[in-house]
Amino acid sequence: MGRYLLRRLVTLTITLLGIMVITFFISLVIPMDPLAALAGPQAPQETVDRLRTLYGFDQPLYVQFGRYANRLLHGDLGVSFQTGRPVFQDILKYFPATLELATFAILVGVALGIPLGVLSAVYRNSLLDQFCRLLSLIGVSTPVFWLGLVLLLIFYYKLGWFPEPGRLDIMLLEPSRITGVLLVDSAVARDWEVFWSALKHLVLPASVLGLTGMAGIARITRSSMLEVLSQEYVKTARIKGLGEFLVITRHALRNALVPTVTVIGLTYGGLLEGSVLTETIFSWPGLGRYMANAFLTLDLNTIVGGTMLVAFTFCVVNLGVDLLYAFLNPKITYTAS
Amino acid sequence: MISEPAPHTLDLTEARRRRAEARWRYLKDSYVLWRRNRLMVLGTSIVLGLLLVAALAPLLATHNPYEQILNDRLLAPSAKYWFGTDSLGRDIYSRVVYGARVTLTIALLVAAISTPLGMLMGIVAGYLGGLADEILMRLADVFLAFPRLILAIAFAAALGPGVENAIVAIAIAHWPSYARLARAETLNVKNNDYIQAMRVLGAGKARIMAGHILPLTLSSIIVRMSLDMGTIILTAAGLGFLGLGAQPPMPEWGLMVSDGRQFLVDQWWVSTLPGLAILVVVMGFNLLGDGIRDVLDPRQRQA
Amino acid sequence: MADELLLDVQDLKVEFPTLRGTIHALQGVTFRLHRRETLGLAGETGCGKSVTALAILRLISPPGRISHGRILFEGRDLLAASEAEMRDLRGSQISMILQEPKMSLNPVIRVGAQVAETLLVHDKTLSRRAAAERAVEMLATLGIPDPQRVARRYPHELSGGMAQRVMIAMMLVTRPKLLIADEPTSALDVTIQAQILELMKALKREIQTAVLLITHDLGVMAETCDRVAVMYAGSVVEQGSVRTVLKRPQHPYTQGLLKTIPNDVAPDQLLFSIRGQVPSLLAPPAGCAFAPRCDRAMPECVQAVPPQYGLEADHHVACFLHRGGTANRHDAKSPI
Repeated sequence: MGRYLLRRLVTLTITLLGIMVITFFISLVIPMDPLAALAGPQAPQETVDRLRTLYGFDQPLYVQFGRYANRLLHGDLGVSFQTGRPVFQDILKYFPATLELATFAILVGVALGIPLGVLSAVYRNSLLDQFCRLLSLIGVSTPVFWLGLVLLLIFYYKLGWFPEPGRLDIMLLEPSRITGVLLVDSAVARDWEVFWSALKHLVLPASVLGLTGMAGIARITRSSMLEVLSQEYVKTARIKGLGEFLVITRHALRNALVPTVTVIGLTYGGLLEGSVLTETIFSWPGLGRYMANAFLTLDLNTIVGGTMLVAFTFCVVNLGVDLLYAFLNPKITYTAS
Repeated sequence: MISEPAPHTLDLTEARRRRAEARWRYLKDSYVLWRRNRLMVLGTSIVLGLLLVAALAPLLATHNPYEQILNDRLLAPSAKYWFGTDSLGRDIYSRVVYGARVTLTIALLVAAISTPLGMLMGIVAGYLGGLADEILMRLADVFLAFPRLILAIAFAAALGPGVENAIVAIAIAHWPSYARLARAETLNVKNNDYIQAMRVLGAGKARIMAGHILPLTLSSIIVRMSLDMGTIILTAAGLGFLGLGAQPPMPEWGLMVSDGRQFLVDQWWVSTLPGLAILVVVMGFNLLGDGIRDVLDPRQRQA
Repeated sequence: MADELLLDVQDLKVEFPTLRGTIHALQGVTFRLHRRETLGLAGETGCGKSVTALAILRLISPPGRISHGRILFEGRDLLAASEAEMRDLRGSQISMILQEPKMSLNPVIRVGAQVAETLLVHDKTLSRRAAAERAVEMLATLGIPDPQRVARRYPHELSGGMAQRVMIAMMLVTRPKLLIADEPTSALDVTIQAQILELMKALKREIQTAVLLITHDLGVMAETCDRVAVMYAGSVVEQGSVRTVLKRPQHPYTQGLLKTIPNDVAPDQLLFSIRGQVPSLLAPPAGCAFAPRCDRAMPECVQAVPPQYGLEADHHVACFLHRGGTANRHDAKSPI
């Protein structure tokens, strides 16, 4: 296990380096001259030139990259043009909201997806199976931004069952910030009104975000279960006289869930991209909306810093998922070492 | 009961006949499987429908998709305007119909760029191994380290708004998965007796890669491509929605959904209907991809 | 063998509907198995041996189905039993060990727990600890060294031979009356094969279980079985005591089969093989399945399927050549 971990960490470092290169490249390509923005539209050419020398933009590329990497390692991602604050600080501020949303979305995905997949596999080719497959197919095919709008239209505007876009009732104040996750902070402060409001505001966006995930989870659970159900050891379990329920849960599911768990982990990472669109629609003050705005206004530092951080996180999550898979499936590390 | 076994000679015509018969049976079974699977039939019909709509757009549209009739802004669906009109008085139905062309073009172009590129990288990396493999795969890994949508958005932002840039951006985000797949398949077949025989006969590397390995990897690439089409279309629509992809006045479906966002409450049709088109088309491609995969899956064929 | 009848399979028919038609896997299998006896079910690949085993346990998965016949276990028709009753029987009265031991064990559960599970399923009063202890005892009985430690291992950590011992332990720990062994040694190398067979013989004596040994290896059969039933294309063509069938085979197929064993063949002599091919199970012929390949086929052979005629007390042949026979016909109406 140790050697496997080491190998993966080396790979990870190389990949992270590559990510930095790519984001650096993106920053070069962006059609916006940060110096002109800094100096202002009225500044004469010489001011801009002097700024150029001052900030080292006249240096060869590899030097620039070196400085860039250096700054990154010190946690300096530059200042956002939108908010005027350091990007790193902004990210810390908006991250918990996205985390809260993503976690809920995963819960929705798992709670609906796994049973759906299991039922589908066990009753293969029945009407129930076809229906479940259709449902998860629709989930995977639905444009997230469209679904958000439709759900808002129906459940908020027309039916009024759920509150307006946003995290909290406008009238309510956020509790003192411990983790940034509203549900946690309000529970700790015993502010149940805020807790309830936060929960209600979570439902729609989490459902939207989670639906795609649910579909993916259901599909992998189904195919994994089908694979497992055709294995010899399932036959053995039946020969032993176990009831079908135990055969499915104790023998089949435990094996089938291994790939499912990794998909769940990967989905978590993938939710980062879904959140860009979902948060925009639900005015959710999280990382996704922050990034979306940055892309639209060509806020250079934010784009570079944010993209890189997202990629880093995605990478690390993937590595964690791989390690989890290796842990769960004793065969992988056994044969790898 | 004593019977002397008769020596067998290889009868070429017999062998050819049997092979042709096997191939015919394969096709027949494929067709039967296809027909049995109702969802697959649905998927194929939707995709074919999309192709038809795109091809026959001028015949199917009721109005000029770019024409703005300011008096008829934001009208509800009616006999004249089947899907209603948008904020500039354009007929939404016609825009949806022409939007099929946009969607199809984007999807095909992205596939046309990313698939060959990915296959090339993957086959070369898999076959040559060593340093080439390491470099190419690290490169692919780095690209794969980004969530695909984020990467596409980042490049789209970097390259500037516009549908051509969006196509390039999405292609950049997609090629790595084809590269990995092609590489995995190449590794599988690289040491086949058949390929070894080619080497012994003196075939050059390029010839082997292009002429022999490539066809062997084709089937899984095709399956992956058909499964990916849906994602590509969703990504393109997402870019359009954010304003980074197609630009007005192009009738791109994602862009249309975004246009109607401010009028959601009272004029729901402006956003809802184009989005529905996206849903149907993506579903069709997904069904088709699933079906192709099922048909090619040897296990399904037995039962 | 004066032992009483344990398993009486009568005219068992199993079919599998597929894309291209219905496969008639079993076309009327009839044989008998007595208490404490080892019956070998022999035949080439595809003749229906494994299907027979699954049918006895009623584990034929849909869309396959048992379309005809009776399976009497201790006088009780298993095909009329409820699923709950079958579950009671499986693992406790009737067990089965499979061919590939490492694939037949759950990869994520420790082997000791898997052995104990059979006990726990059938004896609800047993505590986990007691079951675990008996599992370890069983592993020791199977000749596994350091059974405590092995019990905590996962299947992929064991060798093929060890895994097969675990499998046997798992299936014999409840001391079933009938053990079906489906090619138990085919996946193992020869030296291990011998060990396992010896082990099975010893265990059989100790636990007094009957064994239905499914194999295509006539040598294994000769060594371990008391009686033998030869199958061809979905039905039993000859059955009797092992000495009788192997020394004086009466069915043309059995005779041909035995001839293919290369004994005393001169270096440049061509090896014998039965001419022709096994018939397709999709469209089985109307008469005897072996008729097209039989040198002594008669006109009636292609018109009707021969029932099993009794030759001596314990030797039945499904062939019109022996019509009449000296003993009773061996079919559903026979009282033996």
